[in-house]
Amino acid sequence: MPDLLLDVQGLETQFKTPDGIVHAVNGVSFGLKEGETLGLVGESGCGKTVTMLSVLRLIPSPPGKIAAGKAFFLGQDLLQASNEEIRHVRGAQISMVFQDPMTSLNPVLTIGMQLSESLILHLGMHKQRALERAAELLEMVGIPKAKDRLSDYPHQFSGGMRQRVMIAMALSCSPQILIADEPTTALDVTIQAQIIELVKRLRDELGMAIVWITHDLGVVAGMAQRVLVMYGGYIIEEALVNELYSNLQHPYTIGLMGSLPRLDEEGHHRLVSIDGQPPILYEKPNHCPFEPRCTYAIERCKNENPPLEMIAQDHHVACWVDTKTGSAR
Amino acid sequence: MAEDNVILRVDNLVKHFPITRGIVFQKQVGAVHAVDGISFVIKRGETLGLVGESGCGKSTTGRTVLQLYRPTSGSVVFDGVDLVKLKGEDLRHMRRKMQMIFQDPYASLNPRMTVGEIVGESLVVHKVAKKNEIEDRVANLLELVGLNPAFSSRYPHEFSGGQRQRIGVARALALQPALIVCDEPISALDVSIQAQVVNLLEDLQKQFNLTYLFIAHDLSMVRHISKQVAVMYLGVLVELTDRNELYSQPLHPYTQALLSAVPIPDPVADSKRHRTILEGDVPSPVNPPSGCRFRTRCPIAEAQCAESRPEFRELRPGHFVACHLAK
Repeated sequence: MPDLLLDVQGLETQFKTPDGIVHAVNGVSFGLKEGETLGLVGESGCGKTVTMLSVLRLIPSPPGKIAAGKAFFLGQDLLQASNEEIRHVRGAQISMVFQDPMTSLNPVLTIGMQLSESLILHLGMHKQRALERAAELLEMVGIPKAKDRLSDYPHQFSGGMRQRVMIAMALSCSPQILIADEPTTALDVTIQAQIIELVKRLRDELGMAIVWITHDLGVVAGMAQRVLVMYGGYIIEEALVNELYSNLQHPYTIGLMGSLPRLDEEGHHRLVSIDGQPPILYEKPNHCPFEPRCTYAIERCKNENPPLEMIAQDHHVACWVDTKTGSAR
Repeated sequence: MAEDNVILRVDNLVKHFPITRGIVFQKQVGAVHAVDGISFVIKRGETLGLVGESGCGKSTTGRTVLQLYRPTSGSVVFDGVDLVKLKGEDLRHMRRKMQMIFQDPYASLNPRMTVGEIVGESLVVHKVAKKNEIEDRVANLLELVGLNPAFSSRYPHEFSGGQRQRIGVARALALQPALIVCDEPISALDVSIQAQVVNLLEDLQKQFNLTYLFIAHDLSMVRHISKQVAVMYLGVLVELTDRNELYSQPLHPYTQALLSAVPIPDPVADSKRHRTILEGDVPSPVNPPSGCRFRTRCPIAEAQCAESRPEFRELRPGHFVACHLAK
């Protein structure tokens, strides 16, 4: 498929811990088209962040290890690339915005220095030119009096402003892919709305592809074109956004949706909760990883892990049960 | 008649934190206006949701109500007694009836105490149970919140976030309180676990006729659990009404903006919505804006908004709003 910008195949990432090897990502495959916004949804520990960190080879090793898989970006397998090669991709062609704007900026360097760093490194700009460009970038992400603020330190910015700085930094080299790892989770709702609008605007202006990692199905609904739902290191449902929300298939996705109170709900419903907790996988399961918490589970779920299968146009699900009828597929 | 049912009446509550300068001779040079004159009532067995962004003073309100912070001025009448006037043993006696559930289940449990000691501590402190009864009481409490009573000899680190929050709930229930202040009890938890804890809180409320002051920044969760909702901005209440009314007819421009900022998990409904995106950040409570505190970010502010502070008035029956322009 030539139109894929990023093509991840069979990615497996493991971590060595004192209790055994944790299988964090277990054979994840997905593609990202040019200019597409992909939502990657799941709860803490489901492997969504590790998946994207693996693609950029940012997994600390040891204890982490990318055990298998390929990740093609513009025809090049990032997982086989040399350190030199991957450095040219990271921050330049694929960049990342991290969750916590309070800790992801260096507190002892000015904003101007941090912003111009990648411009000097990747684009070979001179310092003066890089600072000018940094001011333009700050303006682009909506920071007033951008020139004066270049000499400020991160603590002089509020949380929302710091996240804008992070976005400016990620966009500084005009990347083709922006990976946003829960960029709004640490922010207030009104600030979250500002950041989402900003990213949407920049996406339309600059035409980059976005992978938006989040646990919030609400944010994804207004943002993404396609959604991947992860659980226990597996992709368990994948669909175009309208298809997914109108035709939920996997019991986990249904549970996740049911546990969200709706702002537009009529009357009072009891929330659907998913009992138990997400698993930590010390070995690849030979059953469905969601089976212990699943209310639809049948005998087969205990003995075989369901593969991701297409059930409708642009809709893939990994489940032995057809949740619409409650019987086996 | 309705007055009899009121369990908590907060009147013009103010809490300022002094800012001091100097090492030996400390001089007050300013104050953080964390809570600046708020009033509300809660009826027995009901839930009041208190929403607002970080730094708006909602947690300070909760703590000041419980007298964990002593208010600068104002009154907190709980069960017919003004707590502000109480101190020492009298206040301690009242504390039995009001408890708190904290936000971060990782930080609010002492890592060196077993779950049994944590849950049973208040029983010992308030001398309400004999030594040999405590074990049974703790076992009952753990069962009540859906934990295995055999866990009482374990330590907090052996539990997941959701389970820890259940321990926090059991601790709050130990003295059979009438009022529980829930300070963002679910915001540190995963979505599927949030629903478990909220369902537990609702079940317990029905079972024991508990009254909650539910503090949160998540408007959809507050709408779900509360009967009345109060919206707070920079130390003041801007709107207070019944939950359905607030969500169907918000009168204050801040409430309207807050509601429109909440993402709806439905791409079709989400694309049809009109969004109000607020500019800028919340101003500092050290030096709040004159007049209406929201005017610096308000899309409809006029000259009068800078001059006088809008009164918190009952615009419709049971619907209070603090805005000059609300109709």
